Amino acid sequence: MVKIVVPVKQVPEVTEVRMNEETGTLIRDGVPSILNPFDELAVEAAIQLKEKHGGEVTIITMGPPQAKDALLKALAMGGDRAVHLTDRAFAGADTWATALTLAEYIRKEEFDIVICGKQAIDGDTAQVGPELAELLGVPQICYVQKLALSEDGKQVIAQRGTDEGHEVVKAKLPVLLTATKGLNEPRLPNIMGIMKAKQKPFVEVNIEKLGTDPSRLGLKGSPTQVRKVFAPEKKKGGIKIDADNPAAAAKQLVEFLTKKGAI
Amino acid sequence: MGLIYDRDTCTGCMLCPKACNFGAIEKDGDKVKFDLDKCVLCGSCEEVCPVDAIKIERKKVDANEIAQYKNVFVFCETHEGRLRSVALELVTKGRELADKLGEKLVAILIGNDIEEHAQTLIYHGADHVLVVEGKIFTDYTTDAYTIAMTSLIAPRKPAIVLYGATNNGRDLAPRIAARLALGLTADCTGLEIDEARQLVQTRPAFGGNIMAEIISPYTRPQMATVRPNVFKPGEPDTSRKGEIEKVNIEVSPIQVRTRVTEKVSEIVEGMKSVEEADIIVCSGRGIKDPANLELPKQLAKLLDAAIGGSRPIVDMGWLPPTQQVGQSGRTVCPKLYFALGISGAIQHQIGMSSSDIIVAINKDPEAPIFSIADFGIVGDLFTVLPEVIAEVKRVLDSR
Ligand SMILES: Cc1cc2nc3c(=O)[nH]c(=O)nc-3n(C[C@H](O)[C@H](O)[C@H](O)COP(=O)(O)OP(=O)(O)OC[C@H]3O[C@@H](n4cnc5c(N)ncnc54)[C@H](O)[C@@H]3O)c2cc1C
Repeated sequence: MVKIVVPVKQVPEVTEVRMNEETGTLIRDGVPSILNPFDELAVEAAIQLKEKHGGEVTIITMGPPQAKDALLKALAMGGDRAVHLTDRAFAGADTWATALTLAEYIRKEEFDIVICGKQAIDGDTAQVGPELAELLGVPQICYVQKLALSEDGKQVIAQRGTDEGHEVVKAKLPVLLTATKGLNEPRLPNIMGIMKAKQKPFVEVNIEKLGTDPSRLGLKGSPTQVRKVFAPEKKKGGIKIDADNPAAAAKQLVEFLTKKGAI
Repeated sequence: MGLIYDRDTCTGCMLCPKACNFGAIEKDGDKVKFDLDKCVLCGSCEEVCPVDAIKIERKKVDANEIAQYKNVFVFCETHEGRLRSVALELVTKGRELADKLGEKLVAILIGNDIEEHAQTLIYHGADHVLVVEGKIFTDYTTDAYTIAMTSLIAPRKPAIVLYGATNNGRDLAPRIAARLALGLTADCTGLEIDEARQLVQTRPAFGGNIMAEIISPYTRPQMATVRPNVFKPGEPDTSRKGEIEKVNIEVSPIQVRTRVTEKVSEIVEGMKSVEEADIIVCSGRGIKDPANLELPKQLAKLLDAAIGGSRPIVDMGWLPPTQQVGQSGRTVCPKLYFALGISGAIQHQIGMSSSDIIVAINKDPEAPIFSIADFGIVGDLFTVLPEVIAEVKRVLDSR
């Protein structure tokens, strides 16, 4: 029996997010929201552990009311219950304040394993997992590509991605893991799953229920501040030639590279 | 800020005096007592306490306290005794920031048998190198390295701490940030000092579609992980002088809760890392057959470049996963990037669009890669590439 908590995030489909160059704001209208793809790996990993060893999978998110959809998707995949931390006081949180909010709730529950996605594809920070591990006082194994529990169920054995390849890391429970590509192929929810999801236990938690001093949460509790957002300097296409005469084209290219000091 | 000790909850297990590197915790009857003059609030005791009897309260730093935080620290990661290339990039950039502040640049080396690199770091710009050595630091573990870093940072109060945004750097920095309740900015591609002497951290978000400037006004040190290959390392100056200081930090095995049992390098012999290379020769589906990779390999060999691949090439097993460039692979920014038979899908561009010079060879004139290529050749790569190889060879031979 393993008790697993999976913190998830609803994110915009980032490849469709653009800047309004005139106003300097993000254009999010019409951009679809999805369950963060790395979190899908985490949900799948949790469900697989539960299928093998028995237990319970709790999905948790901190986010606006519409983030409920991300929780429902994870429940449809096979999560058992969901917790939605939602309050205006949580809004504008940076990674530290997000990790704190999650930790304040998760601490109250019993858990053996917390599985996060490696990073959310909107912010790409990969910081919430390790920060949450620290605030919960448990060890962490980041960028997990393979995962198993020891026979006695007291240890995780994880393959963790490194810059050179991978390493095998062991840790006693409780532990926090972050899931990366290759860990599994997340299942698609089927119709039965989607129907059942709506009947599964679902709690909403606001600031009063959480009981944390609001000055530590959300925008106010965030040590980092976004001062400005701007569109990246878009690389523009430069020279473009046809290779009717491949040798001449090659010569022109190598001349260009030599002049630029690139070779 | 302060340490709160709950004597009633304390079970007298005596783990915390062993975990303290500052001699601030002593046995007191069947419990412990704290010498708050010695305590630097590094958090090691709080982390080791099994019953949460120790709590460190951290508050925002007020304006007149901020001035006490001085100097730029850079964490210089080693791997199997070798200094990672990002370490020299950080030292070079850190030097620039320290000069702007009129403060010192302090480099940190943690590992086993790595002191030899201290001199290199001084030649590249460090004024002071802190060296922490010990068997427990041989393999990177989150716990041991966090304790070493917090024990160095907490008493020395730097204004800025930078880490390379490598897998280990991005595992370590947030752990430290959470322990010390600090702001942290991930994977920065720009760092500046503003008029208020704050660190302005620029980073891409939303898959590179947006850039954000981030500051940490109320917490010190200001911390960031820095994307490898963005800042170029400077040339060493062997006349530079600096101080090397060995710092003894004890970490007991019970404080390290993970154990590395196996390390596997997936780097194929002769296959340079795409993240560390100045030049990358990257192939896409247009290469058609794994045997054809011989062509890009020839070019790479001539230019001492790394071989890369788009996702389909890696998914088909033609190149190892370490060589994949793009959103679900590696992010690279070399001086020169060849895109050979690559269409230039957004997920590919996310990983390479900040390269200095992009060269594309593709037979489809409408391929999106051309919209970001500095030099595009529309044509069949199997006829163009051999000519390019011959021409590069000719030019290099004539030098
Ligand atoms: C979530 C997600 C993550 C992804 N992550 C990545 C990633 O990390 N990296 C990545 O690369 N992709 C990634 N992709 C896939 C990406 O969308 C593209 O499918 C992929 O990059 C296409 O690879 P390609 O350019 O090699 O192939 P194609 O798109 O098939 O392009 C092949 C190109 O070769 C040209 N060509 C063919 N023959 C010749 C010839 N003889 N001479 C010259 N040119 C020729 C064609 O004109 C064409 O433009 C991801 C996709 C998703 C959905």
